[in-house]
Amino acid sequence: MEEKIKPTKIIDARGSFCPGPLMELIKAYKSAKLNDIISVYSTDSGTKRDASAWIKKSNNELIGVFEHEGYYEIVMKKTKG
Amino acid sequence: MTDKMSIIAFSGTEDKLMAAAIIASGAVANDLEVQIFVTFWGLTRTIKNDKTPPDLSFDGQKMKDKVFALMKQKKVPNWITMLKNAKEVGNIKVYGCAMFADLLEMKKEDLDPIVDDIIGVNEFVSLSKDSMTFFI
Repeated sequence: MEEKIKPTKIIDARGSFCPGPLMELIKAYKSAKLNDIISVYSTDSGTKRDASAWIKKSNNELIGVFEHEGYYEIVMKKTKG
Repeated sequence: MTDKMSIIAFSGTEDKLMAAAIIASGAVANDLEVQIFVTFWGLTRTIKNDKTPPDLSFDGQKMKDKVFALMKQKKVPNWITMLKNAKEVGNIKVYGCAMFADLLEMKKEDLDPIVDDIIGVNEFVSLSKDSMTFFI
């Protein structure tokens, strides 16, 4: 991800299968503060769509989905308490 | 719009119980309240200290060894662990079926702590009013 965005919390869910990474993200979201930035690493392809959809539907901000070697990163900002 | 999901977990094979746990996870991610009624073979998979190895449903028998080996290799959590994780995210209640528990002479303390209570079909159906319901 871009260097100027510093995640408040990083969840390394690589190797975890659907729905594991999304569940981890929601848990982190619930304990996060408003405007916290949460980043999830995942190797599970279903999570890319599922987590992005959840972030939008829950009225939070999807900062982006970034491809890395062997995994990708979904970054969100908690904009809804 | 319905804001509740009810799942009747009748089958006791790992694949179907995993399906129930995964659907329940999707439901809590969407802010639905979930109630799961474990009955018959589903209930038998919640019995504490039961060492019967997990099985797959009829369709999966040919791939059984391969699927379980892959699940072990890839550290896929079993259905109870999956359900525990989903319970941390949202409101999920797991109810044991009173009729089948009686038949097996099982009480709540004989079942895995994932089971919140033992209730009868009448109560479960009444709790399921206005919910989307799956029978697995």
